[in-house]
Amino acid sequence: MNILLNGQPLEIPDDFTLANLVESRGLSGRRLAVEVNREVVPRSRYPQHPLNPNDRVEIVHAIGGG
Amino acid sequence: MSDQPYSPAADPLVIAGKTYHSRLLTGTGKYRDLEETRLATEAAGTEIVTVAIRRTNIGQDPNQPNVLDALPPSRYTILPNTAGCYNAEDAIRTCRLARELLDGHDLVKLEVLGDPKTLYPDLLETLKATEVLVKEGFKVMVYTSDDVLMAKRLEELGCVAVMPLAAPIGSGLGIRNPFNIRQIVENAKVPILVDAGVGTASDAAVAMELGCDGVLMNTAIASARQPIRMASAMARAIEAGRAAFLAGRIPRKAFASASSPLDGTFFG
Repeated sequence: MNILLNGQPLEIPDDFTLANLVESRGLSGRRLAVEVNREVVPRSRYPQHPLNPNDRVEIVHAIGGG
Repeated sequence: MSDQPYSPAADPLVIAGKTYHSRLLTGTGKYRDLEETRLATEAAGTEIVTVAIRRTNIGQDPNQPNVLDALPPSRYTILPNTAGCYNAEDAIRTCRLARELLDGHDLVKLEVLGDPKTLYPDLLETLKATEVLVKEGFKVMVYTSDDVLMAKRLEELGCVAVMPLAAPIGSGLGIRNPFNIRQIVENAKVPILVDAGVGTASDAAVAMELGCDGVLMNTAIASARQPIRMASAMARAIEAGRAAFLAGRIPRKAFASASSPLDGTFFG
């Protein structure tokens, strides 16, 4: 199925959870936050959070800013 | 307070119930690299640093150091900002993501911009976002224009600090309207921090002499020829200005007033 990850289309397996997605991007254990369809998903719930076609996923982190 | 040399340790700044001994808050943008960020932040003596929330660069090396590695939340109070947001909804989403990112930490710097050229805040959207964020339990330090009534309104909505601009973000123009800043300070029951527009150390000192509780700056340090040295200049300016405010400046007079006694001269 296809989702939008940080604004870019991405094909992922149909049974992917949020935890699978984060791991597949090499981001496991990084300090980040995730939003699916404009709702924050707490870190503890990544493994139970299934992804659906056309989900809009945002993965963000902190960068320098004023 | 009795008359004695100024000591920051004896003059704490309290924001949202937490005590700080530095009145200089710094941003972490525009530095050459994270090492310079770290050194300048140390030189500034800052305890509160702002960060921005942005998309991770998918495909970039995930092991690259992060700003929170250089400035660990165990040592600094991290103040995530909503820079780049042009409406209340984006700012609220950013704050919610920041709270998740920082394990429930709920201190945020709210800025909702209205115009990319001036980076002036959109105060209507700022008010909307403030109402929602305060209701959701965020401790909001809010960026605003130097409008006296708006500053009061934001305080009444529950902001933990109100942060009027001195001049447009990154402009380095210094305090354009000291009378407004002074009025905002006099009306306030929460800390007032000048945020944006400082160009050099004297600007920071003036903000403090007007009675501000602190100053938040980024460009004036990060874009100086020598950011680390400028950071230490700012730290001294903030302390000098604060001490002068507490000490009480003399009134301005139109005429001279001799400093040496006029009696007892042996001539004339």
